[in-house]
Amino acid sequence: MQKIIRVFLLPVLFLLPVMAEADIRVFACEPEWSALAEEIGGELVTATSATHALQDPHYVEARPSLISKVRKADLVVCSGAQLEIGWLPMLLSKSNNPRVLPGKEGFLEASSVVQRLGIPDSIDRAQGDMHPQGNPHIQMNPHNIARVARAMGDRMAQIDPENAQSYARGTTDFLERWGEAVSGWESRARPLAGKRVVCHHQSWIYLEDWLQLEEVATLEPVPGIPPTASHLSALLSELGTDGSGADAIIRAPFQSAKASEWLQDRTGIPAVMLPLTVGGSEAATSLFGLFDDVLDRLLALQAGS
Amino acid sequence: MIVRSRHLLLACVLLMSPSAFAQQDQDAELKALREEVRQMRQEYEARIADLEARLDATENPPAETRSLAAEPAPKLEAEPETEPYDPKPYEPEPVYSAQTVSVARDSSFNPAIGVTFQGQAWSYEHDPEDYMIPGFPLGGEAGPAPEGLSLAETEITMSANVDDKFTAMLTVPIVIEDGDVVVELEEAWVETLALPGGLALRMGRFFADIGYLNNRHFHSWDFADQPLAYQVFLGNQYIDDGLQLRWLAPTDFYLEFIGEVLRGDRYPAGGAANSGVGSTTLGFKTGGDVGISNSWLFGFSWLSADADERESGDEDEPLLFTGDTDLYIADFVWKWAPNGNSRQQNFTFQAEYMWRNESGFYQLPSVEDGPWDYDQSGWYAQAVYQPFPRWRFGVRYDRLSGDTPDMIWAGTPLYPLGDDPTRYSWMVDWSNSEFSRLRFQYNHDSATEMTDNQFGLQYIFSIGAHGAHTF
Repeated sequence: MQKIIRVFLLPVLFLLPVMAEADIRVFACEPEWSALAEEIGGELVTATSATHALQDPHYVEARPSLISKVRKADLVVCSGAQLEIGWLPMLLSKSNNPRVLPGKEGFLEASSVVQRLGIPDSIDRAQGDMHPQGNPHIQMNPHNIARVARAMGDRMAQIDPENAQSYARGTTDFLERWGEAVSGWESRARPLAGKRVVCHHQSWIYLEDWLQLEEVATLEPVPGIPPTASHLSALLSELGTDGSGADAIIRAPFQSAKASEWLQDRTGIPAVMLPLTVGGSEAATSLFGLFDDVLDRLLALQAGS
Repeated sequence: MIVRSRHLLLACVLLMSPSAFAQQDQDAELKALREEVRQMRQEYEARIADLEARLDATENPPAETRSLAAEPAPKLEAEPETEPYDPKPYEPEPVYSAQTVSVARDSSFNPAIGVTFQGQAWSYEHDPEDYMIPGFPLGGEAGPAPEGLSLAETEITMSANVDDKFTAMLTVPIVIEDGDVVVELEEAWVETLALPGGLALRMGRFFADIGYLNNRHFHSWDFADQPLAYQVFLGNQYIDDGLQLRWLAPTDFYLEFIGEVLRGDRYPAGGAANSGVGSTTLGFKTGGDVGISNSWLFGFSWLSADADERESGDEDEPLLFTGDTDLYIADFVWKWAPNGNSRQQNFTFQAEYMWRNESGFYQLPSVEDGPWDYDQSGWYAQAVYQPFPRWRFGVRYDRLSGDTPDMIWAGTPLYPLGDDPTRYSWMVDWSNSEFSRLRFQYNHDSATEMTDNQFGLQYIFSIGAHGAHTF
């Protein structure tokens, strides 16, 4: 028995001093929310993201390392709307942390504080990977980022009331800088209004809504099913070969470039990779850099054509 | 009944009213209506004027922005922005709770329900009914699938939060046994949600959390059958009734301890010995990431069980074992996916080693009781590779070995062959989505007296709610 106790408990004793202390530990499902947590909480928060910009947040594994992070988190922030349905419920149930379960202050579902778009009228898996609560890629409209910022600041103040004023200040300060940036982006983006885009996956619906782009097609035949040869050739005949079928073919960094480049070569419509979150491109080092870079890339196409 | 008669009465009144009273009161009614319409018109005119004024304010913003308004402008918020920037939150609507949709209906509290359909076709060179591994009698549900076409278990799962402190899960496989439809109870447990300090307590019937594969549902196996070590030492999978306590250490890397106290009524325990607390398990798991493309998991577990006339081997003439059984399992899993995107491409290596000591005595139908105290071990290693979306290719090697028992057991199912039992397996599967999978498997099985070549086809489809899978 003693031997067993030694085998099982000895490792614990070694590890106890390693436990780190921070005012609020934020576990974000996506990099945009960890970046936002740092903008608002500054040095009072330690934020980590479960996924990085080169990963498709639909499909990651409920890895052991993530379980131990959720175990110690004070606040879990995720896009929600079932984006993380394949792994987040498992992390939450394995991490034995009652503070961050849905419904508690420690769980913030970002998409619940914005107007969700793309809510399907009917739900059937024959139509692919559906999101009954609407499209979850809400971060691509900067107004949504601002709404989440406000909600996140409130949560931080609830979780760590001693520093409530700092979080409120952090939120106001961020929103001020963000508001200025947004008006800058909006005046820069005027020439983009009405442009037609082809998207790999429906990841850009909020960007389209914000910039008034028109989505004419997706490379995926139905959401979540990779592009097929037959669907691509149908798109080719629909879009024509003179480059007039659309203004751009958009994909995220983690989506294979093959399909969009194939279509670019045949239709003459320029294909472009856009960062979908912080870290998605060299320039997208912060939330501000993310939108700067998205606009730079789209406007460069506009200038080229 | 009362309600219905009231409705009837109301309907009668409504039907009668125009014919009976209309003409008398026509003038008075008309007057009243005209007055009402006049009031409404006034009201609406006022509202329209107000709306026009507001629209004007948004469409024609002051000064310098007006000149730009001619060209199409990006959509702005409905209201002009004021300093400081003040976004309005949208009404929250939680998604990850058990009760998501329409609160008004009774069914909104229904549990998440899923059904998994599984079927198979197997071809053997030797009759699978006579399948046995000399020296390693099979227990529980172990053994090859029936020859020809057959239905594997059809699994119904239901789960929901009980309240803010408990969650519950039910798994009911429906299986065909000798032509009869049998409803089994595979999992029926309740678990705490709110224990402090990283603790969780599970009560009910569940898969013991030992080894890597023991608590995985049939539909999530990478091969159509369990490794030989699982078939021999755990009767495919060890399920029992009892309590499970888990503690997740607050460390920077994953470290979890699991202890279980179980009834001990199922193989490799048996007879609910020790006053119905016949089996205990203890184990830990640890794991982490290596870079962004690799992750691993290591586990060590110990199962200690009392067996009281535990049955194994042939169903009609079972071997009965009474005594203690100790099983140690070490498991290791390594997963690779470029940038952590397992959807495109991934590779998994997985291996488990089991060591068992059983001491007690065996009762055989033909032989007198005899003492038994021997060690046996087994292991498997497998690799599954997905080179491109949808297709996976896998290979697995199985091996068992053990002490040679006393000569009194010669000629019985407890006496092994000279060579260690081994088996090679290959599989290919294709998944249209995460809810559908078709698989081909080939086993070259040298565990039995005569080497067998086994070919299998399998389908797995699930509808409804489908829980997230563990690592």
